[in-house]
Amino acid sequence: MLEAIELECERGGRKLFRGLSLALGAGERLRIVGPNGSGKTSLLRILCGLLAPAAGEVRWQGRSIESLREEYARHLVYLGHAPAIKDDLSAAENLAIACTLAGRSASSAEISGALERFGLGGSAAPTRRLSQGQRKRAALARLPLSAQAPLWLLDEPYAALDTAAARTVDSLVQAHAASGGAVVFTTHQEAGIPGAKVLELEGSLRV
Amino acid sequence: MFSIARCLVMRDLLLAWRRKGDVGTALLFFVIVASLFPLGVGAEPNLLRAIAPGVIWVAALLSSMLSLSRLFAADHADGTLEQMLLGAAPLGVVVAAKAAAHWLVAGLPLVAIAPLIALQYDVSPALYPVLALSLLLGTPVLSLVGAVGAALTLGLRGGGVLLALLVLPLDVPILVMGAGSVEVAAAGLSPAGQLLLLGAALVVAATFTPWAIAAALRISIE
Amino acid sequence: MTDAMSIKWFWFASPQTFYPLAGWVARASGILAALLAAAGLYVGFFVAPTDATQGEAYRIIFIHVPAAWMSMFLYVVMAFWAAIGLAFNTRLSGMMARALAPTGALFTFLALWTGSLWGRPTWGAWWVWDARLTSELILLFLYLGFMALQAAIDDPRRGDRAGAVLAIVGVVNIPIIYYSVQWWNTLHQGASVSLTRSPTMAAQMVAGMLLMALAFWMYSIAVSLARVRRIIEERGEAGT
Repeated sequence: MLEAIELECERGGRKLFRGLSLALGAGERLRIVGPNGSGKTSLLRILCGLLAPAAGEVRWQGRSIESLREEYARHLVYLGHAPAIKDDLSAAENLAIACTLAGRSASSAEISGALERFGLGGSAAPTRRLSQGQRKRAALARLPLSAQAPLWLLDEPYAALDTAAARTVDSLVQAHAASGGAVVFTTHQEAGIPGAKVLELEGSLRV
Repeated sequence: MFSIARCLVMRDLLLAWRRKGDVGTALLFFVIVASLFPLGVGAEPNLLRAIAPGVIWVAALLSSMLSLSRLFAADHADGTLEQMLLGAAPLGVVVAAKAAAHWLVAGLPLVAIAPLIALQYDVSPALYPVLALSLLLGTPVLSLVGAVGAALTLGLRGGGVLLALLVLPLDVPILVMGAGSVEVAAAGLSPAGQLLLLGAALVVAATFTPWAIAAALRISIE
Repeated sequence: MTDAMSIKWFWFASPQTFYPLAGWVARASGILAALLAAAGLYVGFFVAPTDATQGEAYRIIFIHVPAAWMSMFLYVVMAFWAAIGLAFNTRLSGMMARALAPTGALFTFLALWTGSLWGRPTWGAWWVWDARLTSELILLFLYLGFMALQAAIDDPRRGDRAGAVLAIVGVVNIPIIYYSVQWWNTLHQGASVSLTRSPTMAAQMVAGMLLMALAFWMYSIAVSLARVRRIIEERGEAGT
């Protein structure tokens, strides 16, 4: 489904990686590991199309993502470092907007259901008042509502999460892969996801 | 696609509503700037009546410029901008929605407040409709062209001032036509020509600036 | 056939191969510029007849008018290279646009300054808000804005591309700005003060202005190519 061919990334004058290739099929999970600054986030952003690689290309189902633009974006969900929620809106409002932006209409029942899975049901306070862990969970609450997007790209999904929330993420990822989706995620920690392929980025070079 | 655009506009309006203070300061700036001129040039009624259209228009330009630097910056900081780039709607639609929301919050209120300033300058009430119409047609163009500047200067140091430096020269035709339409009307002639040109500028801007804004955003967000 | 043609076009689009070419073209243009300027100034100051209404002071147009032409021409060229750079993602085009801006700004400033010097003896004021001078002033702001934007961006590639978008938006706006300023001028001053009402052109005057225009053009080529070479060096793409 997803193919990356000879990717090269240069940030701030440093070559982070060169000649990086990967392929991901339906039902596969890919874990990207590496020390800080090794280009994990940059690689993920190249895979989403937010960042153009210095060389190489990314293909979705055989076609270059540069030519696909929104068509490709419709097939993926990207959760970056920042929780991508507005401080002045409640978790539910944020989630509703995120779903609409992604082209998927969600009923308020579905939204509260998703928030409940992450222990945030019933909070109407602006997310400014939530703790960092809660904000992360509010962002992750998009996942239960993202079954229609085959590709999930998650940057540090386990950061700032307690064990219960981490287990929820695990089960969501497993379920998504089981139903034919693909998940790429970066993490420092030893993720409890068995059967995931591993791509290791060392400080300055490739796989 | 339109539901996404509507969602974005409503979102920005909701955010502005929850932060009424921010909106209020830009509008207050408009009033303050317009009030400074008589203090600078003297309060001779004929002079004030003559400079009123220009002063109101320049104040409108500066006021709309103030809120432009925040157009994308806040979304960029919390990561929501990236989500918009990865959304289901083309980026051109998304940025047009953002510019529209900006106009509703920072441009349209100026149209409502301008008659008050005109009152301060003892402008003949017969000119109020022309003034309001010129602002109604011109302020959206200011938002659209300003959005190009906001996208180009996203995340740069010296952001707000640099944005003004980039956008103000491009706003000159709107300023000239807008203030000019009121001056033409004040001379007893029909301002239809200038107003039609403003309308044409709005149509052209609405058609072409979304491309420029989207291109600039993609460049800035890398 | 198509392979050979595409190789030809993009051969010099690589900064590495362009670097030496730029060097000798710059030197050749520099020499040409000096020669043409000498010829132009000679014609302008010695050959062209004294003007009936303005006396000798009018001779400043031999610098003012070509400088104004150059200022507008260079902006269009800058926007052209910017557009090429965005469309084909070529590095050199962006560098070329970046190199042209300071020269364009210089000519705009020169046009404004000589316009002011012309205005003083002719109309008694150091600055007149006539349509052309006002448009030149706004053009100067556009150039300075372009340079300020590129200066504020650390990443050279982002700077090239952001500048490109700005230049394209600017070039589309220039005719609009020009016409709106023209109209503004008629609205406020009627048909009185105008520096653009040049004296009826004797053939030698036209010749003088054309020679100076060509001289400025050669100068622009020389200086911009030298600047591109410096940019290529700075970005480490000069090769051996």
